[in-house]
Amino acid sequence: MLLTLGLVSTLCGILIVTAYEGTLEAVTANKRIALERAVLKVLPGAASMRAYHASATELTAEGSPVPEGAVKFYAAFDAKGKLKGVAAEGAASGYADIVRVLYAWDPEKQAIIGFGVVSHRETPGIGDKIITDPHFLKNFAALDTRLDANGKALAQPIKTVKHGTKVNAWEIDAISGATVTSKAVGRGINNSAQQLIPWLVPHLQEIRP
Amino acid sequence: MSPPGQLELTRMEEFMEGIWRQNPTFVMVLGMCPALAVTISAVNALSMGIATTVVLIFSALLVSLIRNFVPKEVRIATYILIIATFVTVIDYVIAAISLEIYEALGAFIQLIVVNCIILGRAEAHASKNPPLRAVINALGMGIGFTIGLFSLGAVREILGAGKLFGVSLFGPDFQPWVVMLLPPGGFFVLGSWLLLFSWMRARKTAGETAHG
Repeated sequence: MLLTLGLVSTLCGILIVTAYEGTLEAVTANKRIALERAVLKVLPGAASMRAYHASATELTAEGSPVPEGAVKFYAAFDAKGKLKGVAAEGAASGYADIVRVLYAWDPEKQAIIGFGVVSHRETPGIGDKIITDPHFLKNFAALDTRLDANGKALAQPIKTVKHGTKVNAWEIDAISGATVTSKAVGRGINNSAQQLIPWLVPHLQEIRP
Repeated sequence: MSPPGQLELTRMEEFMEGIWRQNPTFVMVLGMCPALAVTISAVNALSMGIATTVVLIFSALLVSLIRNFVPKEVRIATYILIIATFVTVIDYVIAAISLEIYEALGAFIQLIVVNCIILGRAEAHASKNPPLRAVINALGMGIGFTIGLFSLGAVREILGAGKLFGVSLFGPDFQPWVVMLLPPGGFFVLGSWLLLFSWMRARKTAGETAHG
């Protein structure tokens, strides 16, 4: 009995290891392509990207040691190598689970200019309108992210407001019927931007080629 | 599954067993968890069906090959180990083929391990039959399950999103019937299919009684 169980377990172990080794390369490549595609989608016109970590004191390129508490972001460049914008991920809990979003930030305009959803488990047909609803997506054409006088935080936190009541450039007009998910998007972007943008602005020259 | 005393099935009959007479979804009503959860689109349903079929075939083959060596006391543990192995392999393979499908199917790939169709096949069929026969039966069952999932997924995608395989069918004015994509929609569609199949079976039996 022990012999049989041992043999079967060994065989199964070998199979799993072979499958893991065999697919690892393709899986990593898939993940990289998916990420690149997501970044290039929120920053139309971008041709290449590089990953960085921003912390309170410095920027470090991907590959070097990551400072504690650092935020990861992607700098995207157009075909001529000019900095097109910066993309970063934000996350907040929505109706069913964490909603992870990717937003694009334009250093010239000091505004968020693009938005995409990385992953979500919101109700199909209701919460997932954040991906398709044209009126909602218009919120991210120019979402104001100017810093306050000290440069330590956003002058106005990004906030989701009830459908049809957006008046300021830093507000997100919620989708009617999907307010919880819309609010999660606002919170996710705000949490990430409040930290990343004040850290990033003093070092912008370092990522400009 | 055949009761004692019944004549040996031919290979074709063995294959058709899972597709028609003992269809896992519509006749045995097994594996309902993935059948209701992942069938919100035709692509998801097909991928889930194919993944399950592959696991079914390989585990049936291995279980059948070692059927004479496994002590009776630990057979279930052995079957679970074998099934879990192939599920893990399939899990990696799907992630390597398409991350989108991998994320859409989510935890339900790993949950193939506890899919009662597979363990049921291993225990009731593969452990008592030679490899070729076991594989033929598993292939039939897998295709039957895939057909079942696809019937659910296609109907739910058409009604709930107005699309099939992501291609819009009715133009932009179609107002999707969103409830079909939600869990209740799964039950509605499954119920309707079961009704249809039971009605067809009842009619066939009635016909046989009348003529025979």
